[in-house]
This record gives sequence, C-alpha cells and structure tokens, in this order.
Amino acid sequence: MRVTEPSASPSAWVRLWANPASRALLALGLVLILGCVFHADQAFFRLGTHRDALRQASVFGLLACGMTLVIIGGGIDLAVGSVLAFVAVAFSLMSIHWGWPPWFSVPACLLLGAACGGVSGGVTAWFRVQPFIATLAMMVFARGLAKTASGGMKVSTAVKDAEGTYRYVEVPGVFRFIDSRILDGNVAVVTLIFVVCAALVWVLLARHRWGRELYALGGNEEAARLSGVPVRQAKLLSYVVCGVLAAVAGMCQAAQEQQGDPEAGIGYELTAIAITVMGGTTLAGGRGGIGLTLLGTLTIGYLDKILSINAVPEATRLMLTGIIIVVAVLAQRRSR
Amino acid sequence: MPQPSTGSLDFDGARSIRTLPLVLDKRMQTSVASPSLLVRMTGIGKRFGPVQVLDGVDLEIYGGEVLILAGENGAGKSTLIKILGGVHTEFTGRIEMFGREVRPSSPLAANALGVAVIYQELSLVPSMTVADNIFLGRSLTRAGWVDDRAQRRQAQRLLDQLGIQLDVTQRVGGLSIAQQQLTEIAKALAQQTKVLVMDEPTSALSAPEVEKLFGLIRDLKQRGCGLVYITHKMEEIQRVADRITVLRDGRQVGTAPAAELPPARLIQWMVGRELGDQFPRHAAQTGADRLELDRFSVLTGRQAGRWVVEDITLRVRAGEIVGIGGLQGSGASELLLGLFGAHGRRVAGQARLNGRPLRIRSPRVAIDQGVALLTNDRKATGLILPLSVLANVTLADLPRLAPGGWRRPQRERVAVEGLSRQLSLRAASLEMEVGWLSGGNQQKVALAKWLQTGPQLLLLDEPTRGIDVGAKREVYQLMNTLTAQGIAILLITSELPELLALSDRIVVLHRGRFTAAFSRQEATAERVLAAAMGKSTGSTEATT
Repeated sequence: MRVTEPSASPSAWVRLWANPASRALLALGLVLILGCVFHADQAFFRLGTHRDALRQASVFGLLACGMTLVIIGGGIDLAVGSVLAFVAVAFSLMSIHWGWPPWFSVPACLLLGAACGGVSGGVTAWFRVQPFIATLAMMVFARGLAKTASGGMKVSTAVKDAEGTYRYVEVPGVFRFIDSRILDGNVAVVTLIFVVCAALVWVLLARHRWGRELYALGGNEEAARLSGVPVRQAKLLSYVVCGVLAAVAGMCQAAQEQQGDPEAGIGYELTAIAITVMGGTTLAGGRGGIGLTLLGTLTIGYLDKILSINAVPEATRLMLTGIIIVVAVLAQRRSR
Repeated sequence: MPQPSTGSLDFDGARSIRTLPLVLDKRMQTSVASPSLLVRMTGIGKRFGPVQVLDGVDLEIYGGEVLILAGENGAGKSTLIKILGGVHTEFTGRIEMFGREVRPSSPLAANALGVAVIYQELSLVPSMTVADNIFLGRSLTRAGWVDDRAQRRQAQRLLDQLGIQLDVTQRVGGLSIAQQQLTEIAKALAQQTKVLVMDEPTSALSAPEVEKLFGLIRDLKQRGCGLVYITHKMEEIQRVADRITVLRDGRQVGTAPAAELPPARLIQWMVGRELGDQFPRHAAQTGADRLELDRFSVLTGRQAGRWVVEDITLRVRAGEIVGIGGLQGSGASELLLGLFGAHGRRVAGQARLNGRPLRIRSPRVAIDQGVALLTNDRKATGLILPLSVLANVTLADLPRLAPGGWRRPQRERVAVEGLSRQLSLRAASLEMEVGWLSGGNQQKVALAKWLQTGPQLLLLDEPTRGIDVGAKREVYQLMNTLTAQGIAILLITSELPELLALSDRIVVLHRGRFTAAFSRQEATAERVLAAAMGKSTGSTEATT
C-alpha cells in the first residue's frame, strides 16, 4: 500500500475505478450487455427470464451474504453447502414426515444452522484452528449429519408406510408458499426472502457495533484485540449468522425441490465465495460489504442465466465461469 | 553445557584449521600475526525515503580481530551490516574485500564472498532439523537427491569442532533460543566464512552459553577470521573488543583501539550531542498517585532464567511523564503490554490505579478502567489500515459511542471531528482509509483513538517512531496538554534525547529488571545509557 499525502488527489476516473462498488457495477453492466447481445431470440428481454434469474440466484445469494460476513472478519466458511443440505433434509422431515407446523419447524431449522455455524466458529475462535480447516471439518460432518438424518435417501413426499409400501402425501403448505410468487406472480417468495435477509445483514454490518468489530478484526486482528474488540465473540457470531443464512437457503432449496436431498448443495460454498469475491470483498478480510455481494450475486446469476438460455453446454459454462472469476478478481487487484 | 578450557580451545583451533571448511587463502594465513585488511567500507551512505540513516561511514575489518560496532538504538549499526550482508543493495560508497571492489547484491552473494551475518532475527526453519538448517540452500546431494547421511555426518563434525553439543537430527523448533542461536552460528561457519558479523548474539543466552560463544570467538580470531560484534552490553565490549567503531545518528564518531576507549569515554562518544530546544516540556504539576506498581512481573516467557519483566516497582503521579529507559530486550514494551492486559492474567505482583487495584484481564478491561496503550508499531498492532479514519478513531470506544450496540454515525462524526481538530489531523476526509495517510497522520489517528476513550493513564510506546520532525513536535505538545489535564504518561522511547527531555522522571530497565531511576535533574545521557547497559549506578530508589 502506498502512502501518499491526501493533497495528491487522483482524477475523477481513477477515484471511480478505485471504488469497489463502481467496479462491481461495471462487471454487472458488462454481463447485462452480454445478455442484450446474445439474447437468444428475445428470450433475455422477457420478464420471466429475469424473474427466474433472480429466483435461481437467491439461494446462492443467501449463502454469499453469510460468506461475506465471515470473509470480512478474515475467515472463510466451507461448510455452507453441507449445512444447506442438512437443513433441507431436516426441514423436509419436520414438514413432510412429522407434520410439524412452520412456526415450529422454521425456528428449529434456524437453530440447527446456528448450531453448525457456532461449532465451526467456536473451534476457530477459541481453539485457534484455521477457519479453512475448522469449516472443512464441519463441511464433512454436516454432510454426514444430512445422510444420517435422511437415511441416505431423498426425503420426499413419497412416504414409506409401516408395511413398507410408499404412499404420496400432500406437499406441505409452507413448501408451497416458499415456492410461490407474489405481486401478481412477478416476484418469487425466495427472492423476497433473500432481499430481506440481505437487508438485515446490511443493517448489522453498517450500523451495529458488531459490524465495525468484524471489519476491524478482519483488517488487523491483533490491532483490533489491543483496541478492546471482543475478537472471539465477534468472530463466533459471524459464523453463527452464516450458519443461520445457510439454514434459510436450505429451507428455500427444500421447498423449491419439494424434497430434502442429502446430496444437495455440493460445491455451493465455492459459488458463494466466488460471488463474494466477484463483488469486491477481499479474501484477506477487512474490506467489502453486502451491497457488493448483492451486485456479485446478480452478476453471477445473470451470467449463468445468459449462458443457459443460449444453450451453452454445461462444460463450456463451467470453464467460462472460471475464466470470468479470475479476470474479475485481477481487475480488482490492479487498482490497489 | 561444559565450558571449554582455554587450553583445549587452542588445540581445537589448531586442528580445525585443517579440517573445517573454512578456507583461508595464503594471504590470510600469513596475516594472523600481523592483521590484514579483509574488508574496507568507505563513505557508506543510505537513505530510507527522506531519512538519511547512514552518511559517510567508514569501516575496516581486519583478520584476527574483533571489531565492536557501538551506538545507540537507531544509530545505523544494523543498516550498516545489512549493507555488508547484501540485504540492502542500494547505498552509496565503496566496499572493498581483499583488495577488490565488490557490491554484495544479495545475502547469498555476500556469503559467497565470505561474509556471514547473524542477525538478531534468526533465519532458521523451525520445522527442519539442525543438520538441514546448517546446509539450507546448499544441500549436499547425491545424483540430485539430498544426501541426509552426509549432511548429518558433516554437521556433527562441524558442531564437534566448535564444541557445541547438539543433536543434529533434532528439529530446530524444539530447541531453546540459545541452542537455535548456536545453530545459526554453526550455519554461518559451515560456509567459507572470512568475516563473521554478529548482531547482539548474546541477547538470549545464559551466562555459560555466553562463555561458550566467547570461546568460539577467540577460536575464530586465532584462525584469522575478522569478526564484527554489535552489542549493547558494556561488559561484553570490555571482554571481547579489540577495536571499537562508534556510530551516532548515522555518522561515524570515530574508531579507536579498545584500550584507548574506556567505558566513560565510549558512552560519551555514543551520546555526545547537544539537546536543543526541540523538546518543549512544561514543568509538571503533579497530583495524586495514578499508577503504583509493586514487584510487578510479566510472566509470558523466561529468558535465561528470568521473566521478561520481573519485580518492577514504580509510581506515576497525575500530570507526570515517567520515561522508561532501556535498550533492546529491556522488557519495557512487555511491561506496558502486561499492564494493559494484552497478555491476559499472566502477570504477578501488585498494580494499583488511582489507589484501587488495577484489574488486569484483557485490553477491554484496561480501557474501561481508563488505561490506554499506544503500541510501538502502528501498522502491525496499532491501526486497522483498510478501515477509515472514523472507524479507527472510534474503535476502542465503541461501547460508549454505540450504546445498546447500535452505532450513531452523527455522534461518532462529531467526536472524531473534534479530535481531528485538536490533533490537527490532515486527511482528505474522515472516510479515507488510514493506510493512505502519512506516518505522522497515522500516528495522530492512533493517538486520537486512545484520547477518545478518555484515559487517565496513557502508556506510550515509541510515540514518535518514524514520523517527521514537525509531527514529533506536535506529539510533544500534545503530551504537555494531556499532562496538564492530569493524565499520567508512561513513556518508552529509544531516542535518548527525547527520553531525557520529555520525562519528569526516568526509570531504567535492563533485561526485564529495574537498574536505576533518575529525577529530571539527575538524568544525563551517560548515566541512563550506562544503566541501560546493565551497570547498576542508580542513585535514587524507583518510587520517588
């Protein structure tokens, strides 16, 4: 980092480019232009396409919001995909098999997510295990939990009777609600959940003491500690909130698929990290924000949608996504 | 470890000329009787940004001789040997080795020329064995594969010749600091070393280990090696010095044979400078006792059988600046960190603040009781560089600024704007990342953070390190203002003139222990330095 006197004021363009939000906007703009060029017979200009893009991006966006918190605090959470699967299974079991009402099952699922995050956060903060390792362990463990709870099978509306025959039960109301659309069918409930959660996290980060402490400990943990920041508590809380958001994502996923798949969410943690980094939150910690992650979510979501409406094969899609992530991150580094 | 007798050392020395990989050319061997010039550095200058740290320094290193490089902290000793050792490659002046002009372009190149430097920070790989470390970077190989057995054998032979008892298969990370130090020395000597430079090699050694090192030094002298030895300890200077070169503020004061430079004169050379009116210090209006320490110790680690800070008794009154004098390894910084709760409860003895026991648990608890600590490295432990001025200044006081957890941006802004005016902070905006500010302004941000907490006791560790003269003056004036408000200040500074000019009283530490205390009138640079080097000349007791 260069040290300069403030009097050396850079040009307006340089300052604009130095602002991570404008870079994230630029990336999104480029992707949208891409969509306008490769519109796949006007498909990109239909409202339904955008509605679907937002709906499909919502689950990833939820995970990315939690990931952003943890990354700002200087950590990483690899367990979100597994926690998502575990909660999806648990939510399906509670709602379909056990017939729990949503006012009971939803808080229970949130608690499960919080517990998973709490364990990895506690191991990281108190026992000083590197977050990569602690959450890697939780990633494996939660996947095991999901498979144990589900018995290795998808938990669907086909319920096995005592005699061993399958019968289909009705999809629970809470599933149907989450999977529905409101405002004349223009906004998916899942998208709404994502936006509300993102807003809550944004308020915490921007206005709560804890948000400031998180930035501080991500920027320089020792300096934060010597400034009286309760480093361990703040760190723990970031993993707990990340776990809760993964639980929300898991419930959304279960509702959309109408089942709890113990194999769900594999690799989602990496997408969440990619979204966070695309937005401009640095992996080193201390810099970034939820606004940036929202832009990152839109960028990755639209990119995926544009590639899929143009019927680009999945193999090519994956390679292109990889290249675009690297280019985006390199572009961010140049300005520092 | 057994101490080698002088007799066996002579024998060892004679033998090892043949067997050590210490290759001495003809010129050097004949020169043992009449020392020959190995290295001549002339007119060495070096700048770090705007700061001229070395200016026109000459240094000559002869074979079979120990040259002591003396000077206060910041005199430029380490920079000078880093130039010789190829760490700093940009400098002005000439270096001649064995009559040839050279310019060491890297530590490796310097090694190849026959210069080995043992820096204060050890350069060993903790996860590797002693043998691996000794041959690090030039492993013995057979058909491209590391020949472990040959390395172990040769390492063992080397250690035997040096009289060092160490298991070459042990991992370095599991060794004591002293053993690591010896490994480092063995590593340096495993190469074809003609000039060995040691920067405070005894700081972590116990008395018998120091004896062992001195034995080694005698041994190396006999073989015609040129030795450069940096130390802050008067006793060691008197024991090993053949010649002494004194640096002060990056300039050479002079070079003289050790016999012509008795301790009093040496200290005068090291200090000898006029204290101008650059340090405004108003007469102190001291009040009641703020801080009382009684046999206070910091229990974070033992070095050579002592705690890093042991049995400190001292008193700071309201409105008073008490300076802590000491050279590197004095434990002064550890004392402040311990008081501040940075080491948790690993302290012993009594500490009282305003007559009530000071609870030492964590920095948060200390801050809540009115204690603030400006650390000595603002970038590493003081500031959060990627965060804004505003976020940094409010960080330590968030519990009060954000009651109930929710921040009040307007309240924060008003507070920070006030402090920013008081300290005449120059930043484009309060939203600016502090990493972009100049050193002086960064220091002001760090100070503002602590003033925001409303401290009663301010612990300042090197408050003027790395900032320009103007900013220094502003910091001095701030200290005056604060003490006038009744704040007590415990000050560490490695700049002796600053310590003398700012402190109402000075206590001196040496290796974690109290050695002397001086009133403002009694304190002179010579006395403080002598006490900091371990000569117990303190005239008054610590608490008055």
